[in-house]
Amino acid sequence: MTTPRLPLARLKPSWLAGGLLVLGVSVIVGAAIGPADVSMGSVVATVFERLLGADRGVSDRLAGIVWEIRLPRVALGLLVGGMLSVAGGAYQGVFRNPLADPYLLGAAAGAGLGATVAIVLSANGGNPAWATPAAFVGALAAVGLATAIGSAIDGNRSTATLLLAGVAVASFLTAIQTFILQRRVDTVQQVYSWILGRVATTGWDEVWQVTPYAVVCVGMLFWYRRALDVLAVGDDVAETLGVNARRTRLVIVVLASLATAAAVSVSGLIGFVGLVVPHMIRLLSGPSYRVILPLAFLGGGAFLVLADTVARQAFAPAEIPIGVVTAFVGAPFFMWMLLRGGRSLP
Amino acid sequence: MPNIPSKLRSASWSIAVVLICAACGASGTAGTTTVAPTTAPPTTIATTTTEAPTTTAGSVPGFPVTVETVAGAVTVPASPQAIVSLSPTSTEVLFAIGAGGQVVAVDDQSNYPADAPVTALTGFSSSAEAVAAFDPDLVFISFDPGDLVSGLEAVGIPTVVHPAAVSLEDAYRQIEQAGALTGNVDGASAIIEGIEAQVDELVAGLADRVEPLTYFHELDNTFYSLTSSTFVGELYGLLGLASIADPADTDGFGYPQLSEEYILEQDPDFIFLADTKCCGQNAGAVAARPGWDQLSAVQQGRVIELDDDIASRWGPRISEFLSQVASAVDSVPVG
Repeated sequence: MTTPRLPLARLKPSWLAGGLLVLGVSVIVGAAIGPADVSMGSVVATVFERLLGADRGVSDRLAGIVWEIRLPRVALGLLVGGMLSVAGGAYQGVFRNPLADPYLLGAAAGAGLGATVAIVLSANGGNPAWATPAAFVGALAAVGLATAIGSAIDGNRSTATLLLAGVAVASFLTAIQTFILQRRVDTVQQVYSWILGRVATTGWDEVWQVTPYAVVCVGMLFWYRRALDVLAVGDDVAETLGVNARRTRLVIVVLASLATAAAVSVSGLIGFVGLVVPHMIRLLSGPSYRVILPLAFLGGGAFLVLADTVARQAFAPAEIPIGVVTAFVGAPFFMWMLLRGGRSLP
Repeated sequence: MPNIPSKLRSASWSIAVVLICAACGASGTAGTTTVAPTTAPPTTIATTTTEAPTTTAGSVPGFPVTVETVAGAVTVPASPQAIVSLSPTSTEVLFAIGAGGQVVAVDDQSNYPADAPVTALTGFSSSAEAVAAFDPDLVFISFDPGDLVSGLEAVGIPTVVHPAAVSLEDAYRQIEQAGALTGNVDGASAIIEGIEAQVDELVAGLADRVEPLTYFHELDNTFYSLTSSTFVGELYGLLGLASIADPADTDGFGYPQLSEEYILEQDPDFIFLADTKCCGQNAGAVAARPGWDQLSAVQQGRVIELDDDIASRWGPRISEFLSQVASAVDSVPVG
């Protein structure tokens, strides 16, 4: 066994400043561009008006468009993109698998089933708003089931059993969802809309709903970023360095899954962000999770804000699904990055 | 080293991808038909023509009868007495023209009229065998999930495909064909003439407006809408209304998903809710949406709650839809 070396990297202030700059620019772009013709001056005036209470002479309708629709979308895109990217990066670290993404352990299938059940029930007189909590519960239940099966097999000693349990749970839940849908075709369109993913907001409600999860999960995952670096060199070494590999892995999986569930419940199944943004950061900054996780949050947030801007503007006034944008724009960019520096990937 | 062999990793990943894609694909295919309840490929219309019923020496006058549909010529040898309808619109048509007594089974979505013999059959995925089990002598469907028509024809059951109408003319043609095929020509004519007379009267009574009134027709609470060139859009157009969704429909499909901020910017004169059943929407819920209280339609009580079913079918209840929209239009003062 060769002597493993921990990737030596601290988050350089210049990297952090660069990440914040990218995020700042994308937020400004997202706030400025949309199908409704609102000048940047009106956007700024609206923000001052709402935050400071002074009347800056923006018409009520324009102010409503900016404050109740466009800005919450930007904020939600930032949070969801950041959470999915951090969760994806954490999964990739825990499983030492470059193909890991936030949906690896069945979160997408569970959320999809939960949302489907809620939508079918709402067609029978239930409340359509139940889709959000139902998706959240479904995602957590799926990951919980996969983790429980993984532990029952070998006490989480290997990540392979957990991965396979995730695959089994996901296919099982997807089968149930497909069956329900096929029995209730009248709800197919609504469920399909949900599956495609959408940074949909009802004012600021969704933003406030996910903010606590973003703060707690992302904050805690940042706390564990050194542990991810240690896990990357193998369980044996981790133990000698005083890290309980099994317990650490479980905690990180729980945190990443909670972040994923919160993100998915408000925005549906937005793909690609959680898989690829951590890799983009890795290609730029090297393999240390101490650098990857914070930058993945900033980069993922920026990426999704820009993708959502394209989704609402490219064919305005029609919308296109954000999942199409993330992959259509992101995949070629990622291919280019791979061609330039793919050899440095794990 | 407890690590996963790379082949296994990529295999598990591809399995996951395939499953996810399969789920999307399946819902996508079916989704198209639901997203656009009144869409049909434009080419289908050209082939839908009615031949005058040809009377021969049969026992019942008017039979055998042959009509041309999208699935080819359909010939009914004698007056059908065991009709199965897998299309809620066809069910409504059959009962309205007086063929209700000949209907033995309808699909699970046929919720009108109340005395229609609802079964577990579904218009989206029923097998030919399940339909044939009712021993029908004529079947109406709006959508062939793949092999339903060929399967039924193989056992000698004539099957009529009446897809979502793309125009009022098209809807009339389907009613006319249903009348001819079931021996209820007079009943069908009465329905068509009734709607025609109503349209004439409503159009004659329209106030002259300099600018056409605009509307946002809400198909669901993710803001799918329809344009003036769809079947329902044509009905609105007869009443002098223009859809705000028209500029969004770059590919001519007719059912774009609108940006919320665009709807608010356009400030349509009317909001028509065709998602009161599917998605539990109503005027109060619309007024409570953040930012929507600024819309003049909300402020002036012009959020009209439609019945999802009436607003998505192309049968005899078109007249109810027209009445409801016309009375809303009448309430807007000219000026």
